Amino acid sequence: MLGVCLRGAHATVRKNCVRSPLTPLQSYRCYSTSRSSGASRVVALGLVTVGGGVGGTLLYSKWDPKFRAAVEKNVPYSDWLLGLALGPAPEDARLPVRKQVELNQPPSMLDKPKTDPKAKSQKSVKEAAEASGPESSLVPPPPAQSIQDECKECHKHADVSETAAVASAEPLKERPVDEVTARLVQQDQEEEKLLASLSSRLEDSLASSAKATLQAIGAQEVALQAVTQHTRKLKDAMEAEAPSDEKSTQWKELEAALAERTAAVKDATTTLSKANEALEGLKSVINQAKGQKVAAARPLILAAEENLHQMVVDLDKVVSKVRSAESEAKVVSQYTELVNEAKQQFQREVSSLTPEIQANWKGLTGKLSVDDLNALIAHAHRRIDQLNRELAEQRVREQIHIEAALEQQKVEDHKVLDAAVTTAMGHVKEEARLNLEQKLAELREVMEAEMRTQLRRQAAAHTDHVRDVLKVQEQELRAEAEQVLNSKILDQETRYRQLTQEQLDNFTLDMNAAYARLKGIEEAIDSHAVAEETAREAHQLWLSVEALSYALKSAGADSPSMPLEDAAEAVRASCHDDFCSALASALPQESLQRGVYSEASLRARFNALRSLARRVALIDESRNSLYQYFLSYLQAALLFEDQQEAPPSQLSGADLDPFKLLSYASYCLEHGDLELAAKLVNQLRGEARRVVEDWLTEARLTLETRQVVSLLSAYANAAGLGTTQAP
Amino acid sequence: MTSENMADEYGRKWDRCLADTAVKTATGLGVGIVLSVLLFKRRMWPVSFGSGLGLGMGYSNCQHDFRSPYLIHGHTVKVNA
Repeated sequence: MLGVCLRGAHATVRKNCVRSPLTPLQSYRCYSTSRSSGASRVVALGLVTVGGGVGGTLLYSKWDPKFRAAVEKNVPYSDWLLGLALGPAPEDARLPVRKQVELNQPPSMLDKPKTDPKAKSQKSVKEAAEASGPESSLVPPPPAQSIQDECKECHKHADVSETAAVASAEPLKERPVDEVTARLVQQDQEEEKLLASLSSRLEDSLASSAKATLQAIGAQEVALQAVTQHTRKLKDAMEAEAPSDEKSTQWKELEAALAERTAAVKDATTTLSKANEALEGLKSVINQAKGQKVAAARPLILAAEENLHQMVVDLDKVVSKVRSAESEAKVVSQYTELVNEAKQQFQREVSSLTPEIQANWKGLTGKLSVDDLNALIAHAHRRIDQLNRELAEQRVREQIHIEAALEQQKVEDHKVLDAAVTTAMGHVKEEARLNLEQKLAELREVMEAEMRTQLRRQAAAHTDHVRDVLKVQEQELRAEAEQVLNSKILDQETRYRQLTQEQLDNFTLDMNAAYARLKGIEEAIDSHAVAEETAREAHQLWLSVEALSYALKSAGADSPSMPLEDAAEAVRASCHDDFCSALASALPQESLQRGVYSEASLRARFNALRSLARRVALIDESRNSLYQYFLSYLQAALLFEDQQEAPPSQLSGADLDPFKLLSYASYCLEHGDLELAAKLVNQLRGEARRVVEDWLTEARLTLETRQVVSLLSAYANAAGLGTTQAP
Repeated sequence: MTSENMADEYGRKWDRCLADTAVKTATGLGVGIVLSVLLFKRRMWPVSFGSGLGLGMGYSNCQHDFRSPYLIHGHTVKVNA
């Protein structure tokens, strides 16, 4: 049956064995055939997957730069590959542009608020400067001037701010206020100087021209007077038939008057020319002043022009008067000349006729002879005839002469009229121009007044705004300044405190050092005392422990030692720390009250106990009938073990046999190892254990006491050693 | 307990045991003899019976005495539910 089974088993085993190599071969063959096509398929599939993965990564990284960055960060050479495939990462090009835009923006933005407060501050500063008032001699136009100056400054500052905004590369800094005020003051001063110079020049020229004109007018008047006087005198001389001496005085006067007239006329012409020069000069100055376009000088210019015009008008009037007088004088002189000529002619004729008779024939009425008289009468008749003929001729040619004279007069009148018209036109034009200028000036003033009011309003609004801004700025600045001040004060304080602290520290250090040394000395002394004290205590402890151990030794052969109470008490008394007192109180009560057995007594007892334990070795809870007792007794009688056997370092299961344990225990006891013996005896079980229980407790007690005492002595030794000072 | 009690206890137990057994056996023997003489016509069996009884009682007592530390006495505790 067994053989059949075995054969069957073998057969099955053989079958299995046979099958098992075949099937893997078969499958291998199958796999190999499928694997050759499968391998290529797998390889192809793998390649496709890898290629797809790489392509997908490229495409996605092209689309999503964050993904690209992540890939570049994590995969080592991907950044090269991606850079090769897609070009550099696009974010780098974008960022600098943005940064530049941002950079460009803030400067311009910084510009505007900076230039506005700058302009505003400058305006306000200027206003303040204006308000504080550098000494200007021109009181009337300061507001207009200031406003206009402000406008000019605004323009200038607008230009400046524009240039500053354009040149944003330069760091902007506000011009210092004093520079601004200096510039403003300088500009004001320049303008004032200019104005002053202009006005002074105008005034000078005006004054000079006025003087010259007045002089000229005066001279002309004088000349007029002289001329009229002369003409009058001439007329008088011509018409009046005065006695000869009067006539001679008259003629003399006439000559004087003539001389006077010529002098006056010359004087007048010179002064006139001078006045003309002065007027020309004034005109040129006025033109220059106009050319300089200082607005404030306009009224001055206007006034000067009016003055000029007035002077010109006066001059012209006087000159025309003089001319008329001169023309009259010319007529009169012509008449006198004619008369003189006629007289001369007559004189000549008379003299030719009557050579003897002298010139003054009127007085010679009695001296003339009849011939002379007849000749004279004939001459007179002839002359009358001649004159009559001339008169007839004249009468005939009267009309023509009159016409010619009229024509001449007309022409002359025309000329005079033209001249007068031109002068009048000139005067009127000048007057109109002056009026226009005046009107312009008025209008300008009105405009200026209006503009002033507007500007005043704007200035008011501006001042309000500036005030607010200033308030805010003041607050900010105050806060800042306070902060700075506080921080500075804090720094100063901290520094001061630091310094004081340092001083204090140094002092304290010195004091501490001295104190420490003193303390050290004291402590050294104290520690010496303390050390001595502890040494003494240690000695005491040691002595008490020695007493305790001696008390232990006092155990007799079978009696316990003396009660350790006193010794323990002594030890406790000499104990000064917890360890020692804990140890002292760890002594078991039994030992204190009854004392402990010595090892020798225990040993002796054990020997007696050993046989007993052997005898009840088999008895335990389950086996405790008398029959078992008999059996165990039999065992004890029949079993022989070594009296003493060295215990192994580790107890195995077989060593827990009571006999073995007892032999181990006696060996230990014989060699003085109560502890190990007690441990071994502790391994007994059952009745044997019950039998040796007392011995075990006694052994435990002894061991405890001995342990405590050894600890105490070790401690006392250590304490004693500790207190001794090493040299 | 003091020192030698356990070991001495063993000896003491044995003394007691033996003494008790002897007494019981003797008593049984006596009672057997008496009974056999009085009732059972001087047959042997009451004597052996009596002595056996006495021995057995003594043995049982001895055993019980030796077992005494190992005997567990059960108590029923009524719990007031």
